[in-house]
Amino acid sequence: MIRGVIIMNDQGKPRLVKFYEFQPMEKQQELIRSIYRILCSRAENVSNFVKVDSLFGPDVRLVYKTYATLYFVFIFDSSENELAMLDLMQVFVETMDKCFSNVCELDVVFNFNKVHTILDEIILGGQVLETSSSQVVKAVEEISRLS
Amino acid sequence: MAGGAPSLMDSLFQRSLDDIIRGLRLCPPGSDSSSAFISRSLDEIRREIKSTDPQMKATALSKLTYLHSLHAADDMSWAAFHSVELSSSAAHSHKRIAFLSASLSFDPSTTDVILLLTHQLRKDLSSPNVHDVSLALSTLSSICNPDLARDLTPDLFTLLTTTKLFVRKKAIAAVLRVFEQYPDAVRVCFKRIVENLESDVDIEILSAVVGLFCELTVKEPRSYLPLAPQFYKILVDCRNNWVLIKVVKIFAKLAPLEPRLGKRVVEPICEHMGRTGAKSFAFECVRTIVTSLSEYDSAVKLAVGKIREFLLDDDPNLKYLGLQALAIVAHEKNMWAVLENKELVVKALSDVDVNIKLEALRLVMSMVSEDNVMEICRILITHALKSDPEFCDEILGFILLTCARNVYDVVFDFDWYVSFLGEMARIPHCQRGREIEIQLVDIGMRVKDARAQLVNVARELVIDPALFGNPFIHPVLAAAAWISGEYIELSRNPFELMEALLQPRTSLLTPSVRGVYIQSAFKVLSFCLYSYLKLNRGDASSYPSALTTDETVASEPLSDTELDNQDMVITHGMMPHNFTRESIMGLVNLVEINLGPLAGSNEVEIQERASNVLGLIKLIKPKIILGCLDQSEGEKIKGEAKASTEIITLIFDALSEELGPVSLNSQERVAIPDGLVLKENLDDLEAICGDIKLPLSTSFSLVKHQLMDGTRISECQSHKEEESEPSTESMSLLAEHRKRHGLYYLGGSENKEMVISNDYPPAHDPQGKAIDEAGDLVKQLTEQSLVLKKKPNQVKPRPVVVKLDDGEGLSAAAKTPEFKADLISGAVQDVLLSNETTSSTSRSKSSKKKEMDNLPESKNNIIEADTSTLSFPGSGRRKQHTHGKERKHQSSVKNKEERDHKDKQKSKHKSRQRADGALAAQSPVIPDFLL
Repeated sequence: MIRGVIIMNDQGKPRLVKFYEFQPMEKQQELIRSIYRILCSRAENVSNFVKVDSLFGPDVRLVYKTYATLYFVFIFDSSENELAMLDLMQVFVETMDKCFSNVCELDVVFNFNKVHTILDEIILGGQVLETSSSQVVKAVEEISRLS
Repeated sequence: MAGGAPSLMDSLFQRSLDDIIRGLRLCPPGSDSSSAFISRSLDEIRREIKSTDPQMKATALSKLTYLHSLHAADDMSWAAFHSVELSSSAAHSHKRIAFLSASLSFDPSTTDVILLLTHQLRKDLSSPNVHDVSLALSTLSSICNPDLARDLTPDLFTLLTTTKLFVRKKAIAAVLRVFEQYPDAVRVCFKRIVENLESDVDIEILSAVVGLFCELTVKEPRSYLPLAPQFYKILVDCRNNWVLIKVVKIFAKLAPLEPRLGKRVVEPICEHMGRTGAKSFAFECVRTIVTSLSEYDSAVKLAVGKIREFLLDDDPNLKYLGLQALAIVAHEKNMWAVLENKELVVKALSDVDVNIKLEALRLVMSMVSEDNVMEICRILITHALKSDPEFCDEILGFILLTCARNVYDVVFDFDWYVSFLGEMARIPHCQRGREIEIQLVDIGMRVKDARAQLVNVARELVIDPALFGNPFIHPVLAAAAWISGEYIELSRNPFELMEALLQPRTSLLTPSVRGVYIQSAFKVLSFCLYSYLKLNRGDASSYPSALTTDETVASEPLSDTELDNQDMVITHGMMPHNFTRESIMGLVNLVEINLGPLAGSNEVEIQERASNVLGLIKLIKPKIILGCLDQSEGEKIKGEAKASTEIITLIFDALSEELGPVSLNSQERVAIPDGLVLKENLDDLEAICGDIKLPLSTSFSLVKHQLMDGTRISECQSHKEEESEPSTESMSLLAEHRKRHGLYYLGGSENKEMVISNDYPPAHDPQGKAIDEAGDLVKQLTEQSLVLKKKPNQVKPRPVVVKLDDGEGLSAAAKTPEFKADLISGAVQDVLLSNETTSSTSRSKSSKKKEMDNLPESKNNIIEADTSTLSFPGSGRRKQHTHGKERKHQSSVKNKEERDHKDKQKSKHKSRQRADGALAAQSPVIPDFLL
């Protein structure tokens, strides 16, 4: 299961925070800070994994990827495949790229609701439901046409 | 205005979410202005959200959700009801804002307005608009609680067969949360979910349902064994990597439960692994083979080949995962796989990526055994010297951890390990001084045979003045000083050690470490004096008998090497000419000169310990000068001499008393005595305590004065006696203290000590006995290894207790999360095994267990049939029928017949589930498939 998806910028400011199991606000803030501390210390061109046993307990993994000024972070457990999660991240970014045509940090900043809508089409309750970005784009466009 | 309804102006000029975001971006980062902006916005929102205009309400809620989620602005619970209100809006966009706000801010366990959403969610779940339904499903899985799950199960059930695939796949995903919250939903929905498992359904549906089963299987695999045929079909037929990854994950859980299953799936999985171009799927196959199918050598060989490909790949992710997979292989005792890739692993130790380096290090450490520990440590140490400080430290930490595991399990040659510890301490970046300190002292106490080498290593450390400059090494120096003092009888040259312990650069040490140095000097001094006496006394018979017996007790468990050493020390290191009056006098003067100034130190530890030593010197020195210790004087002096030699003997005995390792849990083992009140507030005692404290401190300072100023020997002597008679007066005081407070500090210490002070409270007898036994075991071990005289022995005084404690802790922690999974699996088994008993809806775990134990006859029969084919664990031993055992070995054909018979029987009963028949028809496939 996917435990959470976080987008934050290279200053550590969260741009999207979605946990699939309820986390109190203080806990969310603390997790984001801890994750940011680890991420900003990592060099480029290294592996995309981070050990997060101390934050989330054993068996929970974290992959991240940098796109321009943004860190994309997926937190998940042993029911998911690490490399597949990286692919899914790619799907997520591609979808946003299609929805906002050449997505940049500002698009994510000013489209809080829409980014959540996109994510909800891809993941439901921590489970991957759609891996085709064109399908997601189709659904999101339909939704935005609804009044 | 705040708190009132919004005015027309408000609605005309309401700021949008974009306005808020823009405003926040204008605030300079980290300033107060942004928080002021947020609180101003929140005031607006509080007003706007009360509006009856849904648009205005939606905008307000949207702003609030944004501020809450990304700026942690506010506790949003006050707005929960507004989310509920807005969710009934006709406009989908409003609804979406309301549900987003709910799923981001509602806490399923505490937000009580969730119940008010039930109706709206139900309405949306049956909406003709797929996006309404999808939104409701997504919200449901975010905020699901037991009530919501129970109330919406029927609606979900309907959606599981809808022709709108877009909705059906989401319903399947949402089912997971509903099952977790309300396990009885399994009885309703499970059949329909299984129907979706057919491989000819749409691939998206299949993906969702396989994903669901993957989650369920990870939690409790056993219940899903009967579905193995369906999964197998997917494994063979499906070509979608997402689905295949999940199916392979499911088999990773199922295969260990059923050997025949492993046999069947190992081939297709290997095939997939060789064929697929998707690295993710290939890795999943590798992981499944090395974790769950490790008994199939050829498959493991293929997987290791694949791992090698990963390790050779440029992609750091693959390298990292490859190392992880290799670690699993190593864990399964397939060491050859690691050895085959040894050069790649060692190369990875110098990778740029910390993850990869650490993983490689972990892997290297996992290879450690008693045969190669020396070689590996050698490689790692050379590596540590080349690495950056951080990783160097990491390497040292790993070495220390691995070597100390299970009380130095892998270490065979303690002489080597002890020298190695000394070597590690000298590495410039070493920050593990504290760990090395602990291990040095620990080995000293546990491994008698290592002491000689330990003393050598400690000597090297103590006499090296260059080491004082590095504060990280100070803890190691403390250990070295302690060892030098504690095992001084093994030292070749006590004089040299004394000089080292008193060297001027010790002033660079922290007071606590310096205290250890002084105490060690004290021990060395008392040893030298004692040896001097011993050499000059002629024969032992003129000494107190207590000493002689103590001597025998002390030397009894000594190993040969130590005895050798002692002999050696006495014959070589302590040649009589070394302990001449002159040399002793020189030693005493050296101590006096160096410690004299410290008697006025600000640090109490230093001051007190220095005073102790000086006190001893004051007592002894005049006698040495007089030569009265040489026993060549008259009777009167002889008597005096006897008194002071007695004192020295007593001090030496007290100091040379054996220290044993203490179990971490020894305090816990002590039962709290009946009369002891722990929780009572003792505040009112403060006044009394204050009265008591005062005289105490004055008397303390009086003693100090005596010591500082007093010239009369008798005074010093009396003081000295206080300090130096732990075996008599203070021991009994301590024992009394223990008796009174029921404390038993040194639970794990050697039994010898217990003989000395045998007035421990009898209430702890059983524990005492246990420790005695442990002590005896230690003794036996020691003696055995003495007989063998092969390698240093490992003393393990506390193996069982610690592990038991840990195990208990684990099981207690694991119990709670299992609870729900257990309920789900119970329900799944009921459904899969077509159980007709309509059980009560709310069952606790215990009642569930009970039910499993006293299964109704019909169910028991079915399970038996299953046992014979699937060896359904747990149910087999509950068999009550006499023919059960024989049936196990009968042919599957008969099983099938029986099964059919049972099915017929069953169909007579009124079935609650409509799909029962279908499933029962599927069930007989299992034996065919498996056999």
